[in-house]
Amino acid sequence: MDDKVLLSVRNLQTHFELRRGVFGRAGVVRAVDGVSFDLRHGEAIAVVGESGCGKSTLARTILGLYRPTKGTVLFAGRPLDGDLRWYRAQIGYVQQDPYGALPPFMDVHRILTEPLVINNFKGDREQRIREVLEEVKLTPVEDFVHKFPHQLSGGQQQRLVIARAMILKPKFIVADEPVSMLDASVRVEILELLRGLQSSHNLSVIYITHDLSTVRYFTERIFVMYAGKIIEKAPVTELLKNPLHPYTQALLAAIPDPDPQNAVTMKKIPPGEPPSLVNPPSGCRFHPRCPAFIAGLCDQETPPEFEPSAGHCVECWLYR
Amino acid sequence: MTEKPVSQGQLIWRRFRRHKLGALGGMIIALLMLLTLFAHFIAPYDYATQRRRFAFAPPTKIHFFDKDGRLSWPFVYGLSRARDPRGVRWVYRENTDQVYPIKFFVKGDPYKLFWLIPTDIHLFGTGERDPNSPGQIFLFGTDDVGRDLFSRTLIGGWVSLSIGPLALAISLTLAIVFGGISGYFGGGWDNFIQRMIEVLNSFPGLPLLLALAAILPPGLPPAISFLLIIMILSILGWGGTARTLRGLFLVLREQEFALAAKAMGASNARIIFKHLLPNTLSYLIVSATLGIPGLILAEASLSFLGFGIRDPMTSWGQLLNQFTDSTITNLTYHPWLMIPGFFIIVAVLAFNFMGDALRDATDPFSVQGR
Ligand SMILES: Nc1ncnc2c1ncn2[C@@H]1O[C@H](COP(=O)(O)OP(=O)(O)OP(=O)(O)O)[C@@H](O)[C@H]1O
Ligand code: SF4
Ligand SMILES: [Mg+2]
Repeated sequence: MDDKVLLSVRNLQTHFELRRGVFGRAGVVRAVDGVSFDLRHGEAIAVVGESGCGKSTLARTILGLYRPTKGTVLFAGRPLDGDLRWYRAQIGYVQQDPYGALPPFMDVHRILTEPLVINNFKGDREQRIREVLEEVKLTPVEDFVHKFPHQLSGGQQQRLVIARAMILKPKFIVADEPVSMLDASVRVEILELLRGLQSSHNLSVIYITHDLSTVRYFTERIFVMYAGKIIEKAPVTELLKNPLHPYTQALLAAIPDPDPQNAVTMKKIPPGEPPSLVNPPSGCRFHPRCPAFIAGLCDQETPPEFEPSAGHCVECWLYR
Repeated sequence: MTEKPVSQGQLIWRRFRRHKLGALGGMIIALLMLLTLFAHFIAPYDYATQRRRFAFAPPTKIHFFDKDGRLSWPFVYGLSRARDPRGVRWVYRENTDQVYPIKFFVKGDPYKLFWLIPTDIHLFGTGERDPNSPGQIFLFGTDDVGRDLFSRTLIGGWVSLSIGPLALAISLTLAIVFGGISGYFGGGWDNFIQRMIEVLNSFPGLPLLLALAAILPPGLPPAISFLLIIMILSILGWGGTARTLRGLFLVLREQEFALAAKAMGASNARIIFKHLLPNTLSYLIVSATLGIPGLILAEASLSFLGFGIRDPMTSWGQLLNQFTDSTITNLTYHPWLMIPGFFIIVAVLAFNFMGDALRDATDPFSVQGR
């Protein structure tokens, strides 16, 4: 791993307009609301957060699928705007629901040919398809090339999605909850496959999950997301040992047993309503649920990012 | 060892075959298509040649037993006519002294096979080249100027059966393009196209068709009026399909596999046609099959009312038009003139049966499939 920054995100905001009728504007969903971070070459980070906090929206904005309302994304120093074709060949997208992510009427061969055709792949296509299928362990290749998605098991479907993401040898992969829809028995296999690919190809990875127990697999840093913002960033071991943000603390306290098998998903904790993204709470977005809430400050002013120890950043007034 | 995987297409085919009426409909359509494709060859006469000596002749009887009751090669007796006792119309009698055996691959009226190869070989006939010869074979009888209705029904069938698919091909293309743009891009284009469809749909169908068809000058070459009818029918017909397609595209564009295609850099056209459109295929097939009978009927109504296909060119609807020309006695004295109507009914029913079967077969929620 080198220290060169591959992806640089600054004050990224993606808002969705809610429409009512033809003319009415019912408001704006602030799904991503001011996110900044750097991702280095070959680095893997995890983004954790409860359902609906904007993780997928962040992923899709970074992938250039949604236009940001504000802010910038630089990939290898080049901004994402206008024609993104140069960017497409360098990124891979692994989705949550593998069956939904695969076009139902294309067979494995067609599915893997598409990215090659679209990005005008110069080498031997058949050779590349074979290689990538072997890499994701859909072998023997002959048994799989002419199957349709509905003829594959969930785990095999996700391997195919990963193969499609890898076929152009990207530098960077976004995996949005890649195992949350799979059987517990195949989750570990898929995570190990991703870890293997990450280290053998020196991939940069953003791994999105709401399951803290899986982050240790291959990520170096964890970003905790809450209501459209990243409220804490730290190396994995540091964050698990020494969580700073009250939200992160509540999350970790809710995991009774470090054994990943018994880990609780984040949906149930911490207590209280997840915040509205249309009318987010003033000041710190966590303040209605925060046990350490400082009256007159937390509900008035949005906390900036503090860095109490090197490499450990937190958006919370307690560390001012 | 391992069971060969079953593709979506094979599943649909299996379910379709299980649908008895649908399979019957499919076979009837295939048969009608074959008959009309080879119409000029199967028909013993040209559709336009008149044999005025045999006006309103009833269907010719084919005999398998000779005068003495012995089994024989199929033949017809010579036809002779006389005024009926009240002198109003002609009555036809078989002259049992004249025997004309039926021959196969006989020379007759010249025509072009598949509109290309000039020939004069017909599948069957009596081989009599003289239009006044008593040895004629009119399987469905003749019309007021002595044209063979069997030949006209087959040759007109080509017009009736091809108008549906051709008009449908055009209107489906329009529906895919406009419905696709509307659903995939949304926004201003969507609004514009939807308003356009509403305007089109608010026209009353039949009166508009009549008005449009009436504009066609009477002297138009038959091929041109045929094409114009196709254009009119298809331009009026694409709206409903486009609406449904718009709805489907609206849902499909949000699917994860559409996002995946976008993420790998596919162009909008590629996403629409290669990734999304195939998902609407079963709807398209069903809507096409169920749409054809309507178009056949529309052509028939137009031609029946005298605005569509015009004499001497013919179609099933145009053949029924003879009832409007003359008195109702036509129907009582010449019931065989209704035979083309029977073909319309059969074709429409067959397409409907097939459409129903296809709808069941392509329905992903159908239980009988697995
Ligand atoms: N296209 C859209 N239009 C309007 N609102 C949207 C759209 N996509 C997402 N949202 C809203 O943005 C918010 C964040 O959604 P997002 O899918 O990013 O959450 P998430 O963190 O990925 O949740 P999950 O864990 O359930 O996948 C949600 O409130 C959602 O309703
Ligand atoms: S800023 Fe205040 S309300 Fe927000 S997490 Fe920190 S202490 Fe709690
Ligand atoms: Mg999500």
